Amino acid sequence: MTRESMEYDVVIIGGGPSGLSTAIKLKQLDPNLNICLLEKASEIGAHILSGNVFETKALDELLPNWRELNSPIKTKVTKEKFLFLGKKRSLSWPTWLLPAVQKNHKNYIISLANLCRWLAEQAENLGVEIFPGFPASEVLYNDDGSVKGVATQDMGIDKDGNKKDSFEPGIELLGKVTVFAEGCRGHLGKELIQKFELNKGKDPQQYGIGFKEIWEIDENKHEEGLVMHTAGWPLDNNTYGGSFMYHAENKQIFLGYVIGLDYKNPYLSPYDEFQRFKTHPAIRKIIENGKRISYGARALIEGGFQSLPKMFMPGALLVGCDAGTLNMPKIKGSHTAMKSGMIAAETINEHLKNNKDLSIFEQKFKNSWVYKELFEARNVKPSFSWGLILGIIFTGIDQILFRGKLPFTLKHKHADHQTLKPAKEMPKINYPKYDNVLTFDKTSSVYLTGTNHAENQPVHLKLKDPNLPINYTLERFDEPAQRYCPAGVYEIQKEADVNKFVINSQNCIHCKTCDIKEPSQNIIWVTPEGGGGPKYGNM
Amino acid sequence: MKILVAVKRVIDYNVQIRVKEDGSGVVTDNVKMSTNPPDDNAIEEAVKIKEAGKATEIVAITVGAEKAQETVRKALAVGADKGIHVKTEGVLEPLAVSKIINKIVEKEKPDLVFMGKQAIDDDCNQTGQMLSALLNWPQATFASNIEVKEKSLEVTREIDEGLETVEINIPAIVTCDLRLNEPRYASLPNIMKAKKKPIEEINVSDLGIDITPRVQQLKVEEPPKRKAGIKVANVAELVQKLKNEAKVL
Repeated sequence: MTRESMEYDVVIIGGGPSGLSTAIKLKQLDPNLNICLLEKASEIGAHILSGNVFETKALDELLPNWRELNSPIKTKVTKEKFLFLGKKRSLSWPTWLLPAVQKNHKNYIISLANLCRWLAEQAENLGVEIFPGFPASEVLYNDDGSVKGVATQDMGIDKDGNKKDSFEPGIELLGKVTVFAEGCRGHLGKELIQKFELNKGKDPQQYGIGFKEIWEIDENKHEEGLVMHTAGWPLDNNTYGGSFMYHAENKQIFLGYVIGLDYKNPYLSPYDEFQRFKTHPAIRKIIENGKRISYGARALIEGGFQSLPKMFMPGALLVGCDAGTLNMPKIKGSHTAMKSGMIAAETINEHLKNNKDLSIFEQKFKNSWVYKELFEARNVKPSFSWGLILGIIFTGIDQILFRGKLPFTLKHKHADHQTLKPAKEMPKINYPKYDNVLTFDKTSSVYLTGTNHAENQPVHLKLKDPNLPINYTLERFDEPAQRYCPAGVYEIQKEADVNKFVINSQNCIHCKTCDIKEPSQNIIWVTPEGGGGPKYGNM
Repeated sequence: MKILVAVKRVIDYNVQIRVKEDGSGVVTDNVKMSTNPPDDNAIEEAVKIKEAGKATEIVAITVGAEKAQETVRKALAVGADKGIHVKTEGVLEPLAVSKIINKIVEKEKPDLVFMGKQAIDDDCNQTGQMLSALLNWPQATFASNIEVKEKSLEVTREIDEGLETVEINIPAIVTCDLRLNEPRYASLPNIMKAKKKPIEEINVSDLGIDITPRVQQLKVEEPPKRKAGIKVANVAELVQKLKNEAKVL
């Protein structure tokens, strides 16, 4: 079947900070460029989830007059706290003893989803064509192997793959250059990294899963501008993770938890760690009597410098966390994602005007502050593979005394799907029951995300081997998908004493954790019908 | 034949509604908005009728603030030919909307007016009926099937007892049920073409009608929380509880 095709100068996949910055910068460099940007969510921002304490460095360069453009960047960080949590107690760490990268006094507490909506307005005003609700499902290649563009998902296919009455074929969007900005573990980015061996000679990528809830709390407990982070309880010394609590405007706090996906115990449930974290006295006293109004989760990149793949290939560029530009010790990736998009735009402009090869991206990137940041941050995350305490001591030496300039680079040894130990070797974890006041079950949490996928469509979580979950993963790892999925998509159901692996794909909040953590890499996340997934507000 | 279709911008049906703390309404900031679902069915039906060669023009109309225009744009992307946006600020009641559409009907002279059977935000289910009274046109509400005849419509209605089939003369008003059809997807090329289709903007003040709200809203609050259920041991206990505690037997 032939699909309709449309030609553009540049096709951008993904309406997050990196993709939108690419689009805006391109239009600034050459207003005559034809640019289209595809987004799988029903609107820009609806699949964006981030802390977010925002460093304005990239935005200052991209839109220096952003303060005059009614941007949603309003709450300046006024106060910082860092707590070590024990089971019942907490120890406040003096902020002057924090490495410079963790100081936030020049930054803002924002909703990244709202920032993206605003960036999209700026891009549209410059003439960028933005199409939400259209996932790019397929990469198209020229005969010489270079990237030609993408095809959007067919719409109106039933669960058995037949065309429904409402069938609408996908179309081909062809770009002189295609920019992939899908965010962490983009499914096309993953294909390109493999096909063009972009990660050759790099360490395996490292990921985390991040949770976020928005709470409305008592006025007298709310301190707009306060940024608080914690480490320690409920995680043990060997699991990498911590919490954030940002006091935003309108009596809201952004409360979240990040756990490294290199954890070893298959019984660990990141979701339940986050839920029980909220019951710690130091947290409870703040959110008690408050109301949870949003929930969401998303995988994030933690590999940094050592794992960053090559970001150019024939006909295309990979930007932001589709490649992996997040700065882990800073716990920030928005400014680096934006800058990587801006560098991509400069590269593309020279490519189109002066016929320069896209490989000039590499040198430009190396000369930029993003590269310097990522280089100096490189040893922090791997040092935590020695445990929390040694990690902190090393990080103190590395970041405070040497400012990231130690003459060696620690390696990430394993990919996250390789780190689980067999269930029988690891302790079971008994998580407390949900109290429906501070802690909630997955069903009521997913309800808050507004997630929906059109009924009667193919399951978008594919199993390479449909028997593996029961025959191997359940037996060996007690099927950890039941626990690492933050939305309850995966269940083991017993029917007449026979175990069945159930995929509730309609609940999927597009976090990509299954695609990352499944021990045999047996679950493949592909795009569902356009507009499906969560409908996040100000996440 | 010309069909006028009314569409409304509402909070997306997947979004959990939150009541504002001061009880003055529901939270709409940072909330995903969409076209009222049965309005999508209304547009779809109009497009189908046009595709069958029985209509020549489809005009989509919305009433509301600046962003309401998105719903007209969407209607244009799935097949409407022209859009009208009547700009208003503040609260709009069904009577006001039907008066506005009444004015637009005078101007556009459509043969049919389609709209959703009700909007999912206020659930009023009044605009179509009031418009019918203002225009003195026949109406068929809750339509789940529409057959276009020479000078009339045969409409199947979803009613409590089942299905009712009525025949009404054209010009007429039809309010559409979700069962009427399956709305199509807007394709990317059509969304692009829709950007070039005309949308006429009209200030409500230029229509010379009174749209002052007639209803005073006192308070909005969440429904009481449902109590957790209990498990009973046997039928006898269930009957006993229904008799003595619930007092329904």
